[in-house]
Amino acid sequence: MLGRLAIRSVHIQVLTVFLLSPAFLAAQQAIPASPPAPKPATPAPRFVVVLDAAHGGDDPGGKFGSLAEKDLTLALSVRLRSLLAARGIAVVTTRESDATVPPERRAEIANHAGAQACLSLHATQTGSGVHMFVSSLPPQDPARMAAWKTAQSAWVTRSIALEGVLNSALLQAGMNVTLGRTALPSLDSMICPAVAVEFAPASAQKDEKPSTPLDDSAYQARLAEALAAGLLAWQAEERQP
Amino acid sequence: MTMVRRVQTWLFILLLVASAAMGVVLWQLREHAHQRLLAGQDTAPTQAPEISPEERATLLVANDNDSSLLPQELTLPLPQDMGSRARVILGKLLDLYALPGATHPVPGGATSIGQVFLLPAVNLNGPLPTVAPAARNPGSSAHGAFSAASTADARNAKPVAPEEEPQLAVVNLTSAFAASHPSGIETETLTVLSICGTLHTNLPRVTQVRFLVDGQPRATLAGHADLTRTYLATDGAHP
Repeated sequence: MLGRLAIRSVHIQVLTVFLLSPAFLAAQQAIPASPPAPKPATPAPRFVVVLDAAHGGDDPGGKFGSLAEKDLTLALSVRLRSLLAARGIAVVTTRESDATVPPERRAEIANHAGAQACLSLHATQTGSGVHMFVSSLPPQDPARMAAWKTAQSAWVTRSIALEGVLNSALLQAGMNVTLGRTALPSLDSMICPAVAVEFAPASAQKDEKPSTPLDDSAYQARLAEALAAGLLAWQAEERQP
Repeated sequence: MTMVRRVQTWLFILLLVASAAMGVVLWQLREHAHQRLLAGQDTAPTQAPEISPEERATLLVANDNDSSLLPQELTLPLPQDMGSRARVILGKLLDLYALPGATHPVPGGATSIGQVFLLPAVNLNGPLPTVAPAARNPGSSAHGAFSAASTADARNAKPVAPEEEPQLAVVNLTSAFAASHPSGIETETLTVLSICGTLHTNLPRVTQVRFLVDGQPRATLAGHADLTRTYLATDGAHP
């Protein structure tokens, strides 16, 4: 028994000497390296969309007979949020109920979200189709410190690009779209690609009298689908190197 | 008998004197009334009221259907004072919007314009009066933007005559107009831009426009368009 143990001890010593010998180390270096373990893939930056249902609470916005703008914008926001969440897009909303949210708070929520797209949702009885607006602030280079009321100026170029992508999606969905620039307090303070989307009663043709009312659920669903498609296209564009 | 006659005689004399005195007083009252009448005629206008000559003006009329501003020329009497002229032109523009079947329906009309004040333009990029309006950087703004390039332009720019200095128009709207204005980004923006564009088209020195409502600053026109900022004549142009 002791003899066997002694033989094993010798084997271990020999093996240790062999493993530490320069010849073994050199041979190890000569052996082609096994394929390196794959590095953990860098997760794609989280794509976040901010949906700002305009007005709410004490501020009804426009009143169109029995309809209030605050209710129409909230309905569209909820519908669009569901569609985006179903497509795996993270959504931050400025309100989920009939609550009063000041314009400054809306911009704060959007700016803390670090979003790749911010949509301010509005409704109106004038005109027809969908009106999209980008801040009328002049484009400027990003600065470390930005004035609150003009923070969007560093993002205007990206906002116009987002507006273009959404415009394509809405046109593909057969909607009449008008584009413009505006001075909207909450929009001007957002530091993200930001577009105000205002939907009016729909008409089949641009010059025709609108025939589809604002509260038509099929119209709202079509609009939400088109906006979701546009945001997906924007996400794909954002991820291109 | 003799006694009665003496009393009658004295009464007759008394009545005669009283009649004469009353006649004198009436004559004097008539003279005073005549003098007052003549004095009143002296303060009355002796010249016919001046009628302003008719001139051509261009209104930038908004259209809600295609979100456009279309120029529309018309002839109307315009006062020589620039502030009054601006008020008359804007009043005509709002009269068009108050008509039935207007392309941009907004109730109120000309009475919605309280006053229009013309002041030297606000300068945030150096000594503004030294920069001719045509030479100004279109990207420069009245919103706190500071550009080194535009400051250098301002230093190198030639002085302009006082009659060419850019002006800031302060448009004082009535609260009734703001309260009755339709709500919406498009309709409010078109109202603001058509006022700015019409002012600049007819008074080219007006390069900036600010709005008051009943003499007070107001956050938005009807819930959307920002009325706290200074608008430029170039605002609204989509790149």
